This record gives sequence, structure tokens and C-alpha cells, in this order.
Amino acid sequence: MLTVDNLSIAYRALSGDVLALKNASFSVADGEIMGLAGESGSGKSTLGRALIKLDNRMRHVSGTVSLDGETLPIDDDRAMIPYRFKRVSIVPQYAMSALNPTRRIGRMISELLTSRGMDFDKLRPELERRLLLVDLPVEVLTRYPIELSGGQKQRVVTVISTLLNPSLLIADEITSALDVSTQKAVARSLVEFRDRGFIKSAIVITHDLSILAQMADSILVMHGGRLVERGSVKAIVDAPMHPYTKHLIGSLPEVGVRYADRKLAGVSGLNAALEAMSSPDGDRDRPLREISPGHWVAAWGQA
Amino acid sequence: MTLKLDNVSKTYTLGAFSGKTLRAVRNVSFDVRPGQVVSLIGESGSGKSTVGRMILRLTSITDGRISLDDEDITTLRGGDLKGYYRKVQGVFQDPFSTYNPIFRVDHVFENIRRSYFPGVALSEWTGRLETSLRSVNLDPGLVLGRYPHQLSGGQLQRVLIARALLLDIKILVADEIISMLDASTRIDVLNLLAELKARGLGIVFVTHDLSLGNYISDTTVILRYGAVVEMGATEKVFGDPRHAYTKSLLAAVPQLHHRWEDEGFGDTSMPVELPTARGDAPKLTAVEPDHLVAG
Repeated sequence: MLTVDNLSIAYRALSGDVLALKNASFSVADGEIMGLAGESGSGKSTLGRALIKLDNRMRHVSGTVSLDGETLPIDDDRAMIPYRFKRVSIVPQYAMSALNPTRRIGRMISELLTSRGMDFDKLRPELERRLLLVDLPVEVLTRYPIELSGGQKQRVVTVISTLLNPSLLIADEITSALDVSTQKAVARSLVEFRDRGFIKSAIVITHDLSILAQMADSILVMHGGRLVERGSVKAIVDAPMHPYTKHLIGSLPEVGVRYADRKLAGVSGLNAALEAMSSPDGDRDRPLREISPGHWVAAWGQA
Repeated sequence: MTLKLDNVSKTYTLGAFSGKTLRAVRNVSFDVRPGQVVSLIGESGSGKSTVGRMILRLTSITDGRISLDDEDITTLRGGDLKGYYRKVQGVFQDPFSTYNPIFRVDHVFENIRRSYFPGVALSEWTGRLETSLRSVNLDPGLVLGRYPHQLSGGQLQRVLIARALLLDIKILVADEIISMLDASTRIDVLNLLAELKARGLGIVFVTHDLSLGNYISDTTVILRYGAVVEMGATEKVFGDPRHAYTKSLLAAVPQLHHRWEDEGFGDTSMPVELPTARGDAPKLTAVEPDHLVAG
């Protein structure tokens, strides 16, 4: 179980720190796949990255992160080493650049495990079993990354990241660069891994709500560095409360929606949502409040 | 003005000495008429972008004929080619790499002015620029004089469309122009394309996203491995897909309100080995008026 309490993260900039994540508090239960949705600049990737590795430009401002009751030393890069890969793992967006282009995939995995003091040969049967599970032949281990398609590489990286059965997997835009049928394969393999207990829980970061509707149990929506709404997929998709969530859901062109029949609202809809959210006292901190069991919404407007 | 593709094919040679070839586009035929949006939909490697690039003369064609009002455009050179670009322009996927970050956004209009409107006075030119920017729903005061990093991706894409509109274009090739944009801004660019279409522009809309194609297009062309698998009126192709590949694509589209029904991974991505020896495209047969299926 992951518990994030009052977490704030800033980026160092020449003109001073820029707060990118503001007072985030939420938890992810064991067995849960939580989708983290928002547009560019919403802070979703900052939140995801803060849970595994703060890069040099990021500064931990306040708050704590705990995994299975243990507080993670997120502001200490060296102290995080024993947790990374084993307890918290990440599948980055561009699997293409995550794999070493000069090594065959099997050799790369072997070097990775050896560098962490683990025995590749002992883990090999499990690795092969999991590759087959996601519809990849064992021969991919003898291939170079360039010989695989984007979806195949993405699945290889998912298998590697989850090989040590981490408690939490962070998947950052893993389906965004892929074709529809490949997206489906990657999304399915992540759910399969959860079902089989290879990962306890996952945070799936994406701007694409419709892919979350397929694979997630719950959705957390972010805007402007703040948490806006959190609930089950059904609650967020069918009965969103917050004006920003309503806009995100309403501006999605789904198959069946055509310009001639129903014109979707773009930035005008966003502006209307922002208008509804604005309050006389400006950018105020508004924590999520539980309005019905499992459905949390931040206050907006005058409220 | 009708753009006509007739049995167009493109063959690439793989490597310098291997002698292997890849038929990236095979026997593709379709028309684009004024006020019509034709979506080219396909996955990576389907040849959809190559078709767009051949229309724009950025890639040569190996076989077949592309014509604008019965004039073969594949052999145009010099002044004739320049005249063609007056009528046909393209906008591409990544707005951030199209602009030179050193120059202000206005810079993209300069070479259009130099090569097509050298005699136009500055005051009249500025007037035309502003009209063109307003027609893509941009406020000239907020755009001109800015640097690319000061504008959003959606604004940058609309500036490029405005640039194309400065010429009296009849056909716009839009290759994945909204794939990199956020949810709100992408809808605005889509709606803009629909408005331009209503004003009589013919649009070739290249995309991998079926729901976007469905949203604005009149005609849909589904491509796979360089060949047309199914094509016709958008409501027919989406409402009553006949080809197994179209059906599997539609089934894989993530929808908000219902989950994928079938089990399995549904991966139709490219096999590890690319098929290099591709024959002619399968023949298309009409299953109803304005609905063709490969069989």
C-alpha cells in the first residue's frame, strides 16, 4: 500500500523555485491500478517521478511517501537505491530509449541483474515464463532492440521492470506512442501482471482517459499541480463532479462522436472550467474531500 | 478542384547493396474534392504518411498517377511545381521542430512572401497576415512578434495552417497534426479543420487515431501494409465495417464507457521480420454504394 501525505515538489529555476506539485495526499491500495490523468504541465509526471527518483532539478519541499508502512527516503538518492527496481519500479514512456541499442536484450538484462548482485540464470526461467505471458517469444532475448516493434519493446521493458515483483509500478505514458492494437496489448499485459501478483499496485500516468477506462480501477485527476478529483473509474467517467474533470471527459472525441452531430468544446470549454474553478482569493489550497465512499473531490469556486 | 490518386505505389530499396525492396504503398486510389475531408487511417508502417508525402511531392512515386484537375503533378518542375504548391500545402506532426527557435514566429511567413508575393507592399502583406491568422481563430496581436516557445502547440499548428492559407490553397495535407497536442487544444485544431472544410477546402487527414478520423472526415481510407483494406463514406466504414482488420482495429479503440470485450492481447503490430516481398494490393469490391472492401 502506497500512502502519499501532503507531498510538495518544486523545480529549481533561475528565477527561483517553481512549485510543480502542491500538497498531494492520497493512497493506493494493494491490488489497485490507479490512473493518474491530466494535461501537460498538470504535475502528473512530477508526482510519478518523485516516488522513485528526484532528478537534480527537483526539490522535495514537504510531505512524506510511505510504501507498505515504511517511509521512503525520496530526497536522498543513495538511500533510495535499495528500494528502486526491487520495491518501486518504473516503466518509462520511451521504451525505445530505455533499452541499450548495442546489446542483445538477454545480455542487457543479464548485465542489469549482475550489477545489482543477482543471478541471471536463476531468474531466467521466470523471465521466459513472463515473456510468453505477454505474447513474446523467448527468442526476443537474442534480438537487438531495433529488431522489435514499439509495442514489443514496451512489453519487454514492462517484463524487466516487474521481474523482482515490486510493490509499486509506475508506468509513465506507456501507451501514448503506440498504435491502437499495440496499446491494447501493453495495457492488457500490465493488468495480467497485477492479476498474477507480480506487482501489488500500479500508478498509470497518461493523458488518455479512455485507455484508463480500460485498465484502471480508479482515476486521480490533476490540474495545475493539484489533485482535483479521485474516484473509481465509473465515478470519474460517468459522474464526474469537478468542472475540470467534466471538461476532460466532455472534450474526448470518441468513436461515434462526429463534428456534424456534436461539436466538442476545446479551449473554450477549458476556459469555462477554469472560470468555474477560480475563487476570489486566488490560488488557494483545496484538499480532496470525500463526498461519497471512495469519491474524493477538491472544492472549487466560492465553495 | 479534385485531387486524384490513381493506382499509386511506392517502392523503397532496402540498404545500398542488398537489392531487397519494400513496397511501402501499393495501388492506392482515391479522390479528394473541395469541401471534403478524407482520412487516411492506419498503424505504423501502413504507408499513410508516404501517401501524404507523395501528394506533397516530398517523396517521388514509383508507379501510378497523382493529378490535380487532370494535370499529372508527378512530373511538375520549376515554375509549374511552385504553382502546384500555391494550391496544395502540408502541415506535419511536430510543431516544435518546424519552427526555428532563434526566430520569431513571423519568420515562417517570410519565405512565402519572398517566393510568392515579392511585389506586395508591407502594409498590405500585414493586412493579409492578420486576416489569415483570424481565419484560424488566432489573435494576430498575441501571435506576431512572439517566439515559438511562447506559444502552445495548438497555436503553433494554427500559425502553420494560417501560413498555408496565405496561398490560395485548395488541398491541405494534415499529417498527424494533433497527435502531440493536449486534449483541449487538439479539439480546437480539429474544429478549425472542419470550419475550413465548410469553406471549401479539401483536406487529407492522416492519422492513427480512429476516433479523430471519425470526428471530422467524410471519407475514410483504412490502410494496412501499404494497401487499402477498406474505404468509403465514414459512416459506412465505421458503422458497418466489413474487413476483419477494420473490425479488429475498431474493437481495439479504447472507449470511455465500455471496456474491451474480447480476451487476449489483440496485438496486430508488425512481426519481427518485415515482409519484404509484397505483391499487388488485393482488389477492392463494392459492398454497397461508396463502400469498398478488399477481398
